[in-house]
Amino acid sequence: MTPASTLRGNTIAFALLAAAILLAFGLGRFPVGAGDLARLLWATLTLQPSGLSPQIEAVIWNIRGPRIVAALLCGAALAVAGAAFQGLFRNPLVSPDILGASSGAALGAVVGIYFSLGLFAIQFSAFVGGLAAVGAVYAIGSTIRRGDPVLVLVLTGVVVGSLLGAGIGLVKYWADPYNQLPAMTFWLLGSLAGTGKPDLIPLLGPVLGGTAVLLALRWRMNAMSLPEEEARALGLATGPLRVAIVAAATLVTAASVAAAGIIGWVGLVVPHLARFLVGPDFGKLVPTAAILGGGYLLLIDTLARTAAPVETPLGILTAVIGTPFFIWLLASARGGWS
Amino acid sequence: MSLQASALAYGYPQRTIGREIGLDLKSGEVLALLGPNGHGKTTLLKTLLGLLRPHGGKLVLDGRPLAAFSLRERARKLGYVPQAHAGIFAFTVLEVVLMGRTSHGGLFGKPSRRDHEVAHVMIERLGIGALAQRPYTEISGGERQLALIARALAQEPSFIILDEPTASLDFGNQGKVMGEIRWLAAEGLGVLFTTHDPNQALAYADRVMLLRDGKAIATGESGDLLTQERLEDLYRAPVDVVRDGDGRVAFLPGSGG
Repeated sequence: MTPASTLRGNTIAFALLAAAILLAFGLGRFPVGAGDLARLLWATLTLQPSGLSPQIEAVIWNIRGPRIVAALLCGAALAVAGAAFQGLFRNPLVSPDILGASSGAALGAVVGIYFSLGLFAIQFSAFVGGLAAVGAVYAIGSTIRRGDPVLVLVLTGVVVGSLLGAGIGLVKYWADPYNQLPAMTFWLLGSLAGTGKPDLIPLLGPVLGGTAVLLALRWRMNAMSLPEEEARALGLATGPLRVAIVAAATLVTAASVAAAGIIGWVGLVVPHLARFLVGPDFGKLVPTAAILGGGYLLLIDTLARTAAPVETPLGILTAVIGTPFFIWLLASARGGWS
Repeated sequence: MSLQASALAYGYPQRTIGREIGLDLKSGEVLALLGPNGHGKTTLLKTLLGLLRPHGGKLVLDGRPLAAFSLRERARKLGYVPQAHAGIFAFTVLEVVLMGRTSHGGLFGKPSRRDHEVAHVMIERLGIGALAQRPYTEISGGERQLALIARALAQEPSFIILDEPTASLDFGNQGKVMGEIRWLAAEGLGVLFTTHDPNQALAYADRVMLLRDGKAIATGESGDLLTQERLEDLYRAPVDVVRDGDGRVAFLPGSGG
């Protein structure tokens, strides 16, 4: 990729992001136009009254705004984590939940719902569940000292993930079918409905922190995607770097799953879209994936709340869009993943 | 500058594969490790690169134990050329060669202007300038091997260590890659490569070490050392010798008949 084509790719990504934001504000029972947004922004900066109706201001500040920010953060988080994991595990078919972050968070959440905890306690339980699952996978993986450490880690993730799946099934089986089970199902399908300003606080810190780490390490991810011994021969301390990348990617994944439930496919599909725009070099890929991931999930969330009278779960939409995209990707991939 | 091993024992963590290896590689010299497949050539190579811990004996780089070098320091001394593989992501040849600059930059840094300059120089030196922006996944095996040599050169090392550099190449590309190896030594690098082809060792190496069952059964000048008897002993198979009018020698796998 030449600098000119990278610039073109990033221009497209930013244009899509801007379009997604305007569309998200513009659609709904109280449409908010670009002019309204500009007026409110100007009024806020100059500390003047905006002249907008209080109703519209409330929609922007308290309802649509927080939900849009949450969609952008979750989408960017999943996309960046997916890109990092695809490089780390040398496999373009990997998504951020490969090490059990999502299944751990899901088990944490259904346990929280089972014990009728409050919303924040459920989110916290999900977050801790995600981190604990990946921590366990990493601990088990590193005691097995044979073969390629990356492959051992992935296989451990698959095994632990399926055990966690059994745990989720068991809690659902025990759950009260009229009250708790629908809540669990809703959570497992993913949604940003009802996201308000207070929900952003636990999301913001981990997502910004983890993303900053992944962005800082992105230039080393190219060599990290080589076979272990080659990367070490090039001078990379692969062990500590792998811990840092896994920890940061898990942090952002667990935070986004805690806030929005299980949203599959974003972390798998968006890095590929970003590769179309700026190529496979992780130095360029990771920031573009963040921009594109935010815009992508926001578009899907806008579709989720406007397509039908009742909200469609996000996980359903991402799967419906992701599956055909992925089949097309498999069919059209030449030698490499460009 | 030198890479020296004495009484070196090597292998994987729980399994010693070879022992009593003595070796001395100097700048400007090409050393071939010759032996049948599965007799410890690649494992010895990884030990010399510091990727596997020695099981005993001494391994010294420029007068200092190799184990005392950090990964980064080592990468600036020893360039590694693995067997060409297809690659997973469609990095351009330039991006692949830039990875050779890893040990020259910081942990968070983007490749510098100098990194780009060095990468371009190495790409040109190996004659693959036209491929710089092509995806590594779409070029031929020989071109990939040249790109990996350029990557190792971008490390700006004192020694280059190649694992079966021609294993997956067609006839024409074998000559091209081996020619580059002679040229690297002429530039003052110490070069070590593994091969299972005695003709390659004879034609391109100054010295040869014969490796069987993890032991160096003989070491010496390639022209003197490589005889029919030694090769038959090394491979435990009959070997035919052909000579041309100028006295040049080539070995052929014998039929035993």
